[in-house]
Amino acid sequence: MMEQVERIQVPQGPLFKFGVREKAIIAIGLFATVFIVILIAGSLIPEDSLDVDLYNIFASPSLAHPFGTDWVGTDMLLRTITGLYLSMKIGIFCAVTSAIIAVLLGIAGPIFGGKIDYVISWLVDLVLSVPHTLVIILVSIACGGGLTGIVIGVTVTHWTSLTRVIRAEVMQVKEMEYTKISRKFGKSKLFIAREHVFPHVIPQLVVGTVLIFPHAILHEASITFLGFGLPPHEPAIGVILSESMKYLTSGKWWLAFFPGASLVLVSMMVENIGRNIEKIINQKTAYM
Amino acid sequence: MDKQPILQVNNLGISFSQYTKGLHRVDLKVITNLDVELYEGEILAVVGSSGSGKSLLAHAILGILPDNAVTEGEIYYNGKLLTPEDMERLRGDEIALIPQSVNYLDPLQQVGKQIKITIKDHEHQDEVVSDIFQRYGLKKEVENYYPFQLSGGMARKVLLAMALVSDSKVIIADEPTPGLDEASINEVLKDFRDIADTGRAVMMITHDIQAALKIADKIAIFYAGTTLETANAADFEGDGSRLRHPYTKALNRALPSNEFVPVAGTQPLPNELPHGCLYSDRCPKKTKKCEVERPRLKEIRDGKVRCLYAT
Amino acid sequence: MRLRAEEISFKYNNNDKYILEDIDFSIESGEVVGLLAPSGYGKTTLAKILAGYEKPTSGQVVLEGCESRNNGYAPVQLIFQHPEKAVNPKWKMRKILSEAGMPPQELIDAMGIKESWMDRWPTELSGGELQRFCCIRVLSEQTKFIIADEMTTMLDAITQAQIWNVVLTYAKKHNIGVVVISHDACLINKVCDRVVSLTGDKRDVISPHIETNQISASC
Repeated sequence: MMEQVERIQVPQGPLFKFGVREKAIIAIGLFATVFIVILIAGSLIPEDSLDVDLYNIFASPSLAHPFGTDWVGTDMLLRTITGLYLSMKIGIFCAVTSAIIAVLLGIAGPIFGGKIDYVISWLVDLVLSVPHTLVIILVSIACGGGLTGIVIGVTVTHWTSLTRVIRAEVMQVKEMEYTKISRKFGKSKLFIAREHVFPHVIPQLVVGTVLIFPHAILHEASITFLGFGLPPHEPAIGVILSESMKYLTSGKWWLAFFPGASLVLVSMMVENIGRNIEKIINQKTAYM
Repeated sequence: MDKQPILQVNNLGISFSQYTKGLHRVDLKVITNLDVELYEGEILAVVGSSGSGKSLLAHAILGILPDNAVTEGEIYYNGKLLTPEDMERLRGDEIALIPQSVNYLDPLQQVGKQIKITIKDHEHQDEVVSDIFQRYGLKKEVENYYPFQLSGGMARKVLLAMALVSDSKVIIADEPTPGLDEASINEVLKDFRDIADTGRAVMMITHDIQAALKIADKIAIFYAGTTLETANAADFEGDGSRLRHPYTKALNRALPSNEFVPVAGTQPLPNELPHGCLYSDRCPKKTKKCEVERPRLKEIRDGKVRCLYAT
Repeated sequence: MRLRAEEISFKYNNNDKYILEDIDFSIESGEVVGLLAPSGYGKTTLAKILAGYEKPTSGQVVLEGCESRNNGYAPVQLIFQHPEKAVNPKWKMRKILSEAGMPPQELIDAMGIKESWMDRWPTELSGGELQRFCCIRVLSEQTKFIIADEMTTMLDAITQAQIWNVVLTYAKKHNIGVVVISHDACLINKVCDRVVSLTGDKRDVISPHIETNQISASC
């Protein structure tokens, strides 16, 4: 009789009461599906489907070729998807690698402190103080160009801001009373890093990683466009764009428009996924 | 009583729609059947333990609860039922809040300017501000300080000054005493008494019953989201036998200046409220009836109490 | 066993004013000593120094009759004023309670902690409920001294009496020394064997008898 739990269920009519979480999950689900579909589609397109069809060069967008065709008659939709597929693979790889570097350095700095922290902060400042594009070009050339060069270049430049965010979070948690109490209970630094600090870093890490992705693919595309990234035979968006420059003046707008817009849309989608994950994870908005 | 309350809260309930796990949402009833009456020239202290949701009462009156809150019950101001629009119009003008900390001030605006916003008489703004600063011993240059530059004591005075210049009829102070030493507390309390003596109504929300007893005319005892009793401050004098509710009596006895005896058990959490009287699981006078029936507020000896057996 | 502070001085930076200057203080096992001082006097700093959370600028804190252990469970434990800052918001209550080992069930019951609270997050409980957890965490065989810095200032009177009751009973039984830091003279008067008053720029250690009388007058 006593202790009776007074939990009243909110009527969960799926159509009329959407909370923050439902909206965020719908957005994430939608965009993630599009993302995955592009990935799968990209992996399914065989190399030889990008055939030369000289009877059909420079076809403007039509039902048969929604994105038009290029100077050798290849379907631009197929080229765009293959390009996005490559960009997304590079983006995912760079985001994950950058995030791993950021976690290791971001936690190690404050936990070990002293010279280690100083060196890490100095590295972050150093990388941040030089324009990204420039560093990527330099690193890319230094590493022999091509896929390896651009991947290393983008990774080397994108771990910094996340490292800063994580470092700040760790510094804050380290100063919290519960962390200090834990020390007085005889807990080791490793225990504190793992049990007290790490759970606070996860939200920043997840959101941060997702948000690195759009940066990474846009940088990759722009460097490739400038001719310092992927070689011309790769099916990259950057290559397509720089190639299209030659024909733009003759009115072949679709060569640049569709691939470019697709790349921007993919970046915006992922950015949106990141923001929505943040909404769900953030304690201030998560429960409303 | 023939006097009409300036502010009357009837049967207020506040619940929050919250996610628990995944998409599962529950309504968390934080305030239930809360009644409070505030009269002009009077100080009412709402006393309850910290983190028990009593600040929500102030936020409900001002209409500044977060979006996921659902309220029920009525709030009357001067006998008129308040709508959300009324609350927006009245807050800051007729009903002023003295918040817990300077965090409620705009960090990027000088405090003098922020105080002036609340003054309706635009021509005499400067004089009003310098008058009030003089009264509280604040130097002229404090007007140009940003909130982060204020010391603890100064901040309190600025917040107080802000509520005073607004010509509000009702002042709600949320936890005005923590972090202050005895002397400063007494100073703040004296200020409230002075404000009330000019005919305004003061509602002081606090966890510190000893501070409340020093100046308040009436004490509303807040427990598990409701007011169990509204007593006159004088009822606490002596052995507290004039108090009406078993919880209030226990609270009085638990004071270090009295017997310092605890009561077993704890306040129920918002989603574990007993079905009947909210104090039934700790009450020595509990009967079967208490477990099934929520007592209504009844008037006994010039006070109000929510207990079936109060005498 | 005795916890002794010898000529403790403290300041944050080299040029700052001293927050504490030449404080001497000592407490024996099993004693309950009140520290009374106006706000802004550095009571919290002193509490942190006694518990080893801060290092004094000069002077030292010694624990006589106890072999020094640098990394294990600290024999001097501090209970903070704001329990919501002393618990990790990402941990559930059960994990918080058992961080230094699960306390015996009798203690948990005596403190009025309900089983249903154990699977909750700290944000779901009020300050009074959280402070019960924070207190019980340090009631262990290994604790020799407890520093209670405004431990129950933010709580209602019943919870305050409840918590003190449990803490003091345990301390007496296990011969733990308790330093009670509070602005509430009545509370100190009620729970302490002896009161030390830090006032003005001179510290004076007043004998329990005189001080108790002085306080009762104001209560």
